[in-house]
Amino acid sequence: MTTAVVNANRELFKGINLRQKTIMLISCLSLLLIAIVVSSAFIDENALSTDFESKNLAPSLEHPFGTDWMGRDMFVRTLGGLGLSIIIGALASSISTIISVFLGLLSSIGKIEDSIVSWLVDLFLSIPHLLLIILISIGFGGGATGVIIGVALSHWTSLTRVVRAEVKQIKTQEYIHISQKFGKSKWWIAKNHIFPHLLPQFVLGTIVMFPHAILHEASVTFLGFGLSPHEPAIGIILSESMKYLSAGYWWLAFFPGLSLLIVILVFDLIGENLGKMLDPKKAHE
Amino acid sequence: MKYEKLGIFMGKKTLKLIVLLIFVCVASFWIVEQSPIDPVRAYIGEMSIQPEQKAKMEEYWGVNTPAHEKFLNWAGSALEGDFGTSLIYRMPVTDIIKERFASSLLLMASSWVLSGILGFVLGIVAGMKHGTFIDKVIKTYCYILLAAPTFWLALIFLLIFSVNLGWFPVGLSVPIGVASGDVTFFDRIHHLILPTITLSLLGVASIAMFTREKLIEVMSSDYVLFAKARGETGFDLVKRHGIRNVALPAITLQFLGFSELFGGAVLVEQVFSYPGLGQAAVAAGLRSDVPLLLAIVIVSTLFVYSGNLIADIIYEFVDPRIKQQETRP
Repeated sequence: MTTAVVNANRELFKGINLRQKTIMLISCLSLLLIAIVVSSAFIDENALSTDFESKNLAPSLEHPFGTDWMGRDMFVRTLGGLGLSIIIGALASSISTIISVFLGLLSSIGKIEDSIVSWLVDLFLSIPHLLLIILISIGFGGGATGVIIGVALSHWTSLTRVVRAEVKQIKTQEYIHISQKFGKSKWWIAKNHIFPHLLPQFVLGTIVMFPHAILHEASVTFLGFGLSPHEPAIGIILSESMKYLSAGYWWLAFFPGLSLLIVILVFDLIGENLGKMLDPKKAHE
Repeated sequence: MKYEKLGIFMGKKTLKLIVLLIFVCVASFWIVEQSPIDPVRAYIGEMSIQPEQKAKMEEYWGVNTPAHEKFLNWAGSALEGDFGTSLIYRMPVTDIIKERFASSLLLMASSWVLSGILGFVLGIVAGMKHGTFIDKVIKTYCYILLAAPTFWLALIFLLIFSVNLGWFPVGLSVPIGVASGDVTFFDRIHHLILPTITLSLLGVASIAMFTREKLIEVMSSDYVLFAKARGETGFDLVKRHGIRNVALPAITLQFLGFSELFGGAVLVEQVFSYPGLGQAAVAAGLRSDVPLLLAIVIVSTLFVYSGNLIADIIYEFVDPRIKQQETRP
């Protein structure tokens, strides 16, 4: 039976080249993430209701991740937390990408603008990242908004650096010089000649930023900033589980963290494969 | 000649640091000033209070003075070494920072060294056995480590080694219920081991991946090919030509990781309730202790900057290849 499946698989994949395989891998992984987000949006309220008869149950077939001290199913809570994390990560990394698009193009205009951008990058990198997020989220009054803004406003540095280096290289090209001789303004050149070249970088940069944003969001909520204890965020689930560690309820911490780890690995994989596809030098590896 | 150049270099860097610190201070002061959090409320906590008393306290603390005046007052006394009084610990901020930073530094330094050595060794092994099973195992291990949330790893370690096996204490840097004079050196070490291992795991992955890539690059160079032709093989070859070339960039990278180290320490200290600077930062943030938070931001900025500075010095003055390039006309 198994050999038959393997053979069928081999037959199925025979006509597919590496590029198509990569695309298939990326779409499967993306589908998984979309499934998590969609199913977390449709969580039945009843599934999270408290049920003291079935509290602190170890993982079983009925409750694959066990239940917590209020009898809530940990699998459902984890799913909800992952969905929330992915949405916050998406929001934060899109905002960060927009900031780096703007700053990257700004740096292409002139020397003064360029040094302002690089100075801003240095300034943001000079404070430890986690502390920076805490600082910004306090500045915006804490809560979920504070955390989202904090994560969004602190992840643009690495992508901006990449974009700046790319811009510098593109600017030495002849067509840029010719365009300048034709009297086009610097902003026009940035918009029409440089921006299209940077588009793949931005797509890739957003996806690479994703896992960082999610990890930081989870860390900050774990420390107790931001989301209220009623939200099923992974950080909150894990910080709650700390109280029950000495009681031996290991599943409260183990499964939610492991699921977060898997989601982050999936994002890394998507980013890496997409990077391979977009980079012509690596496309045949 | 060389010392003159170093002097100019350090002068420039010091100037840059001063400008940076001014900007960091202004920016972080502005950020917390924007915050809608009420400092009087943060000080008194949940206590109920008469409006007149509150007004008095607001006047005493100068809540309603303009922001730039507040900043100048704060910066003025900060320059004299007075960072105000912490709202939650009710102690001078400088005292807290001194005490906390010492224990944080112990934790960070030990895990920094551990992660550096472990990461370097793993990277060398993976690079030497490039493409084999061992290489793949180390690579996968590093990928997973990079994706793992630090605080989750800390929780799992706590669960396995403290709760289930009982090898290490659950938290704090000294045993509970023992007078501070009676705490032995061994007690401190015992409480330090688990946090150190957890924190060092984070740094292992990046340094190992870097060392691996670098070593593979070096091993495919012409001079290694020539060395092979002379009959050098095995570990001797790697030791003579590989490690010498890889060590310096790896050490530089390790110094550049101070920012991540600090962030990791915040999380690890929180899980192990280790009384360091990171835990103080979280407490200050959660309970809006602005003077303490600002001081921690400044200290951590200095910490990160010193790491970058050392990396720069290694790059500019220690690396023999760069020295050689400069002496050429």
